[in-house]
Amino acid sequence: MTAALEIDELAVTYRGSRGEIPAVRGVSLRLDAGETLGLAGESGCGKSTVAAAVLRLLPPGTHVSGRILVGGDDVLAMAPAALRAVRWAGASIVFQGAMHALNPVHRVARQIAEPLLVHGTAAKGDAERRAIELMEQVGLPAWRARSYPHQLSGGQRQRVMIAMALACSPQVIIADEATTALDVMIQAQVLTLIKRLVAERGIALVMISHDLSVLAATCSRLAVMYAGRIVEHGPSGDVFATPQHPYTKALSDAFPTVGDPAERRNPRGLAGDPPDPTALPGGCPFHPRCPVALESCATSPVELRGGDDRQAACVLVEPVRPRPRQPEGA
Amino acid sequence: MLAPSGLGRSAWREAATVTSPILQAEGVHVRFPTPGGRVARAVDGVDVDLGTGEILAIAGESGCGKTTLARTLLGLERPSAGVVRFRGEALGYSTRALKAHRRAVQLVLQDPSGALNPRHTVYDAVAEGLRIHGIHGGSGGDERQRVATALARAGLRPPERFFLTYPHELSGGQRQRVVIAGALVLEPQVIVADEPVASLDASVRGEILALLLQLRDELGLAAIVVTHDLGLAWNIADRIAVMYLGRVVEDGPVDNVLVAPHHPYTQALVSVLPSSPGAPIVLSGEPPDATQIPGGCRFHPRCHVLAGGGADAVGLAQRCRHDDLLIVRHAGGGSHEVACHVANAVTAER
Repeated sequence: MTAALEIDELAVTYRGSRGEIPAVRGVSLRLDAGETLGLAGESGCGKSTVAAAVLRLLPPGTHVSGRILVGGDDVLAMAPAALRAVRWAGASIVFQGAMHALNPVHRVARQIAEPLLVHGTAAKGDAERRAIELMEQVGLPAWRARSYPHQLSGGQRQRVMIAMALACSPQVIIADEATTALDVMIQAQVLTLIKRLVAERGIALVMISHDLSVLAATCSRLAVMYAGRIVEHGPSGDVFATPQHPYTKALSDAFPTVGDPAERRNPRGLAGDPPDPTALPGGCPFHPRCPVALESCATSPVELRGGDDRQAACVLVEPVRPRPRQPEGA
Repeated sequence: MLAPSGLGRSAWREAATVTSPILQAEGVHVRFPTPGGRVARAVDGVDVDLGTGEILAIAGESGCGKTTLARTLLGLERPSAGVVRFRGEALGYSTRALKAHRRAVQLVLQDPSGALNPRHTVYDAVAEGLRIHGIHGGSGGDERQRVATALARAGLRPPERFFLTYPHELSGGQRQRVVIAGALVLEPQVIVADEPVASLDASVRGEILALLLQLRDELGLAAIVVTHDLGLAWNIADRIAVMYLGRVVEDGPVDNVLVAPHHPYTQALVSVLPSSPGAPIVLSGEPPDATQIPGGCRFHPRCHVLAGGGADAVGLAQRCRHDDLLIVRHAGGGSHEVACHVANAVTAER
């Protein structure tokens, strides 16, 4: 079966004023129809660059290598016309800042209809009608069709973005921090909506967020990125509850479980910042912040290791696997 | 992660329950006129006490009035009705009284990159408060010592190493520590932190929260933490006040409120946490804005207990729709307070 999305050894290097910035350094992923994958990591880890690369939305001059297949077609090798056909119809992205992604001077129904018109999937009169149907599917009342983006709340704008992403029935939807800026209750509404639509339509979903707990609750698989690479990958429940990579563990500890006595009055985290991509530490790039680093970690890089289902890029992984999570100080 | 020193944590918690509150809001209302001529009731009758050495979380969604309440406690907003008390004394609003109040009750800003002037060194950023409050003590001598102490307390050690650095040379966590040092340099009795970790990367969040706990344990520094994040409250707060549309709807020890919430709104908030067991209670719609607060219980149009017939079953549906109510002590336990007709009636019967 052809995967809905297959990414093979993707590397992306930006050219900035400070020289070359290797944002993504070898990422491979595979997603079948109806599958949900959470891509986690902190600012600068390269997760949004992966999203932008799938639709070739990167700035001119950026160096991209590897392969990206959407429904079996190689996006990186496509001519502009074929690429336009893939955008919206093959794969679509729900961006974080709906206020900035929407055009402030156009009514929302017209914006939702735009991808339909561009792709010729609907004639002009039809497109508006389809747009209103889509709005109802994402829980927006039809009378909102004539509203401008500023007249909507943040949650409603995010729903407009989701309606646009759905318009051309793509195989793949990438949601890049799509709920991060929303209040918890609105976030819960939007997540419920996304989960329902993905299940109903068999869409392959990549959800990108820094919030590991939200991803674990929404997606079936999780991949954690650090410094441009995937450092851990596996079924959500396992990765979140029994992380193998020390970075995943720190990230999972950063989102406490309310009600867990071990985390009461016991905030946990890591010292330091994620590394500057232009000056990555040698060896394992996580070693300067790693609480369990060995001497060898400073010099020898580690590839993902483990079984097909569950992998982590850490020297400590192989001998003891899986490692149970030890509550600190208990 | 950080071992408590000096007075143990439990000692402070007990102290907080027996001593009189250090900072209080009594029947505070804050109203703002809006361009349409209507009045927004941002804070609409709130009583909150902060005990000595206590960490209080004020939680709720955007627009619930939590930030306005915090600003009022800082003396940055003047209540339309009601009183703010510091150590039992009603806060005055003369320039001099406010200056003194703001020295004792310090604000920690949300976004450390925005709060720090990129062209000021760490030393200047921290010393600014001393200069504003006219605490000189000769050229360099006393000021230098105070700045060094504040930086060390905020965990930037050795402090001298940071004096001449600029914000861009620091990590996100270090920048937030500089902002906290700027508050500590005036030796306040209370700090008010509005979303202290919201703009920080997830892995850095823990060290800043650990610092707030450590300051309370070592210096007895009381804190109000305004947040939308219940996990943060679980991590550091002793007590939590949950706000909805200008009112506190539930207030009590974190271990009670977040483990066994009584107000339907708190129940819904806790249920949608990704880690919560059971089916989430996803409320539909959004809170109305503060110019259009519903009559009766202000939560009733979205209340799942009322909609599900829970209020009808105990004969209270009419009261939910028509009788406004204040928060009252919950019969269930200690200092746990709830503003819900149904929750209050059910426990009163027991």
